Amino acid sequence: MAVNLITNSNDTAFSDSSPDWLNSEVMTGTTIMAVEYDGGVVIGADSRTTSGSYVVNRVTDKLTRISDSIYCCRSGSAADTQAIADIVAYSLNFHKMELDEEPLVETASSIFRDMCYRYRDSMVAGIICAGWDCFKGGQVYVIPLGGMCVRRPFTIGGSGSTYIYGYCDAHYKPNMSKNECLDFVKQAVALAMSRDGSSGGVIRLASIDKDGINRTIISGDKLPTFYDG
Amino acid sequence: MSSIGTGYDLSASQFSPDGRVFQVEYAAKAVESSGSIIAIRCKDGVVIGVEKILSSRLHEKSSNQKIYNVDRHVGMGFAGIQADGRKVVSIARDEASEYRQNYGSDVPLKQLVNRVASYIHAYTLYSSVRPFGVSAVLASYSEAYGPELYMIEPSGLYWGYRACAAGKAKQAVKTELEKIKANDMTCEEIVKEIARIIYVVHDEIKDKLFELELSWVCKATNGEHQLVPADIASEAIRLAKHAMEEDLDDDD
Repeated sequence: MAVNLITNSNDTAFSDSSPDWLNSEVMTGTTIMAVEYDGGVVIGADSRTTSGSYVVNRVTDKLTRISDSIYCCRSGSAADTQAIADIVAYSLNFHKMELDEEPLVETASSIFRDMCYRYRDSMVAGIICAGWDCFKGGQVYVIPLGGMCVRRPFTIGGSGSTYIYGYCDAHYKPNMSKNECLDFVKQAVALAMSRDGSSGGVIRLASIDKDGINRTIISGDKLPTFYDG
Repeated sequence: MSSIGTGYDLSASQFSPDGRVFQVEYAAKAVESSGSIIAIRCKDGVVIGVEKILSSRLHEKSSNQKIYNVDRHVGMGFAGIQADGRKVVSIARDEASEYRQNYGSDVPLKQLVNRVASYIHAYTLYSSVRPFGVSAVLASYSEAYGPELYMIEPSGLYWGYRACAAGKAKQAVKTELEKIKANDMTCEEIVKEIARIIYVVHDEIKDKLFELELSWVCKATNGEHQLVPADIASEAIRLAKHAMEEDLDDDD
């Protein structure tokens, strides 16, 4: 989905005399993930933000608030995705006041899609929009590079996701409990972080249900370990 | 008219000394001279019925509708000036489609009504325009919100209703409506009630020709607003006429 994100810069560290991070765009070369369960969603992300091979931030929060019970996971250009998230949060808040009700996850995703599609030629943004509303419960929507929007029972995104498609396909089961989902996301993101150079740091995990968000952090020294030969 | 404007009724942008806007009240009069409209919210949907008075035998039967689709899940019926009503329908359609464009889902009726009412209200503020001579009834049914019914008055004021009426026989209809326990009834039953009431309140002497328009939006139509199927409508009309005849027999 977002493999090209980290090779997108117009020069590389190998051919140029100057370090690549001087000229590369700041990217959240990322692993992000979201899973629906009965009554809510689990979202997760690594915490690495890079400019070329330089780690700009190792404790980034890629789980960004849109409303109390709607969050997005950001991948792609840090600047683009922050800007979009801000705009969507603003317009959703306006919409919430107008409606006098908590906005729907579908509505938030639709605004994301609108932005991502309209500016698809000038932006690099792969977004997962997830949350809970009283009509459809926990929902996960993916808005990948071209500006499509589709609901999925679970999804993965960012450069790191390419390493774990097989793992996720093999280990996803429908109707998992919240704890099973948290564990699934933790294992998958940890696997991606160990293989993907652009993903790393800590795992930020969160579950969103009718009572709002519940965040946890798995620090770098507490990550699940795997064969890493 | 109980009072006359004495110069304060020429513009919608001017209050009378006792705080009234006569142009808006005249618009309400325009509504009261049109055929009656009834809408009832019941347990599984909303039914709208309009007494469409035909001013000539030469008119095509289905022309000058008084009930329209606004969006898949929203229907609008109105009493008042036909041309004004069509404009209100067009505004509502634009608002519904703009909402879908922006937010990718059906517009909640509460939101739609608020927008349309704001528009109607704006036409009570300026000397260069005339208020809408229309009371508009909006109805929808959705899984999320259930059956909903609102009526907007020419002033831009609106309320949510369990049952509402406008038009020339408004008072008589309201007395009938208060007798109905709509919350326990289904749309199919309500269709018959509305047909009966329209036939009861219809003024046979003044307005000889009329047509009953019936629409519903309910669980059975999958949340879609549509005209009541011809067989159900004609059965309701047959029963309404039958009830009238029985009443006449009782009187004798």
